[in-house]
Amino acid sequence: MNRWMFFIFPVAVVMSAFTLPAEAAGDFQDHTQEFEVVWHHLLWDIGIIGTIFGVISAVFLIKYRRKSPNQVGGGPRFTMAQSLAWGLIPALIFMADDFYLAAQGWKLWIDQRSVPENAMEVQVTGQMWSWNFEYENGATSDNDEGLVVPVGTPVVLRMKSEDVIHSFFIPDFRIKEDLMPGRVTYLWFNPAKIGEHVFTCTEFCGTDHSHMFGKVKIVSKQQFDQWSEAHKS
Amino acid sequence: MKEWIFTTDHKRVGILYLIGSMAAFAVAGLLAMAIRFELTWVGPTLIEADTYNVFLYFHGAAMILGFLIPGLTGFMANYLLPMMIGAHDVAFPRLNALSVWLYWFGIVLALLTFVVPDPPDIMWTGYAPYSTQYSSGNLSFYVFTVHLIGFSSLLGAVNFLCTVIYMRAPGMGWNQINFFVWTILGAFVIQLIFVPVLATAVTLLLLDKYLGTSFFVPSAGGDVLLYENLFWFYSHPAVYVILLPAVGALMEIISTMSKNPIFNYRVAVYGGVWGVVLLGSDVWAHHLYTSGMVDWVRIGMMVTTLIISVPVGLITISLVFTLYKGAIRFNTGMYYAASCLYLILIGGLTGIPLAMSSLTLHLGETYFVMAHFHFIMGMLATFALFASVYHWFPKMTGRMYNEKVGKAGFWLNFIGVNLTFYPLFIIGVEGMPRRYFDYEMFPQFQGSQQLATVGAILVAAGIAVMLINWIYSAISGEKAPNNNPWESASLEWTATASPPGPGNFPQPPEVSADWTPYDYQPRTAS
Ligand SMILES: [Cu+2]
Ligand SMILES: [Cu+2]
Repeated sequence: MNRWMFFIFPVAVVMSAFTLPAEAAGDFQDHTQEFEVVWHHLLWDIGIIGTIFGVISAVFLIKYRRKSPNQVGGGPRFTMAQSLAWGLIPALIFMADDFYLAAQGWKLWIDQRSVPENAMEVQVTGQMWSWNFEYENGATSDNDEGLVVPVGTPVVLRMKSEDVIHSFFIPDFRIKEDLMPGRVTYLWFNPAKIGEHVFTCTEFCGTDHSHMFGKVKIVSKQQFDQWSEAHKS
Repeated sequence: MKEWIFTTDHKRVGILYLIGSMAAFAVAGLLAMAIRFELTWVGPTLIEADTYNVFLYFHGAAMILGFLIPGLTGFMANYLLPMMIGAHDVAFPRLNALSVWLYWFGIVLALLTFVVPDPPDIMWTGYAPYSTQYSSGNLSFYVFTVHLIGFSSLLGAVNFLCTVIYMRAPGMGWNQINFFVWTILGAFVIQLIFVPVLATAVTLLLLDKYLGTSFFVPSAGGDVLLYENLFWFYSHPAVYVILLPAVGALMEIISTMSKNPIFNYRVAVYGGVWGVVLLGSDVWAHHLYTSGMVDWVRIGMMVTTLIISVPVGLITISLVFTLYKGAIRFNTGMYYAASCLYLILIGGLTGIPLAMSSLTLHLGETYFVMAHFHFIMGMLATFALFASVYHWFPKMTGRMYNEKVGKAGFWLNFIGVNLTFYPLFIIGVEGMPRRYFDYEMFPQFQGSQQLATVGAILVAAGIAVMLINWIYSAISGEKAPNNNPWESASLEWTATASPPGPGNFPQPPEVSADWTPYDYQPRTAS
């Protein structure tokens, strides 16, 4: 694991980004894929700002060491106009960057929250400390069995809690949403490829909070039909 | 002993705050070690899940309410602020004594959670309905601790606002006060406005749990989202209660040690400090991005949260450019202060993705969040406090600390924290949730967890070295060569003895219209 050799911020963050796998896109806006794009923009953005400030600080710290015991600093003393310029110009640059990021975040947010029309609905119930899933055709499942879904059909989870706050998190799909007692919340994702992905609880809910996990199992259409027939209750 | 218990002297009150907050830090730090050891291997190892949750609760609550807020406002404001503005004490000395003892009672009450049956396991956020209906933990200890420490803070806020407004040395205008004093003003204005909201929120928890009300019981018409809103309405601004005095002290140290006036003081004060206070009150929903709120609030607070980077950026520019053309002298305090320039970058920049609601859908409640706020609170603010104790050590004790031992402790701490939190950043991005007792579903993260534990051991060693240095040097360190060993121009150094006697100033100081606390030009006669 020689990547631990690099303890420089941009490197570390950029490297962690490369560990994120990408998913294939379908016909609609696959927000998981879009997340990767925004995340990489963001890493460049903060990497550049971080490098600029980091280099300036390091240069100053090395270059301006005291040379003789009686030396005093010769830093600038500003007139009001210079003072304002040194305030307003950086403020405008920061603000511009903020709006650039906000625009990207906003667009992604809209895609994350807009459920595709053909999405398959699954009712999710969280309780201390397990999950239950209920499908449109009456099939049921839980966290041991897994959240079984057919490949290629977007899935929307309508989620409610039986007791305390939980949160349904699928790291590989870059998405989570809390289950709020008294409310129904939702999230959706696009199971683009056959495979298995961990889901787990991310809102503290007591003793077995860290054991509320299972797998999203993405299977072929026929396999899914067989499975859901067999799991009708 | 008696003169400490009944003291109303702001310097002694300040030191009582320091002792209390370092005690809280030590306990919370030991719990952090237990937490780290538990996480070193997949599966349950050292302690049980319920014990782990109690430790996690106490670590968070004690670090924030017991260490950071009292350390950076209580200790720093008490010890330094009256002297910086040329006052003989605070405006209401007896009120001040009351606030330090309320705080101490708060700490004692919090520690009692380990002796009573069913200690709270509700995390420092205490979210309902877990805390009210499902946890068997003793909620009242949490609530009354918040009340005691909250009262203490409110009394302090009133006291220090009055002190700064009415007790500045004759001739001292608003643009001549130390930057640190401005940050304390900002922090206490926040406390004054927002602490009552937190006190209300936790009181409603108490009523729900013990008196059968249903503020946060959905089946009876209550709302669990209401508690989250109330809690973060205070607790996000609370970050700035910690951050502002931290950067304030850093600015003083960096200016003094590089013999340079603060770069663009006016913008740092009126744009930076007050910008943070104003904007900081309108961003709390970024803690609730995944809580099922209406979408426009999440989008709106994404924009306000991102814009926080403007005032924080202005303060950072002032911190960095105060070094420009300086005459920098590196002692242990300056080591810590310089490392904070790096910590504020990492902590601040990793906050930017967390400001974006869409990225928080993935990053929220993971180790990424945890590592981010540890960079701000556990490192930046904590190192700023350590830097301050070193910097003002000769003032407080009249003695010098051991420079070699101090620097050795610094390197242990600095290497340790980086080794701890970089791996956690990375596995956070990969999906490791926070507040996990076990990570059976992610066995691939064990290596990173182990690196983090090694880092934590280094930090523990570094802290031990530092504490030994402080205690030994305070008792029998070398005597300070004079009252102002760092050649500062600020009143607490130029016009008082080390340590200062009762009333601080042998002669009440007066300042002229062109005086500033950052005027390092060599004087011909004084
Ligand atoms: Cu949970
Ligand atoms: Cu916040």
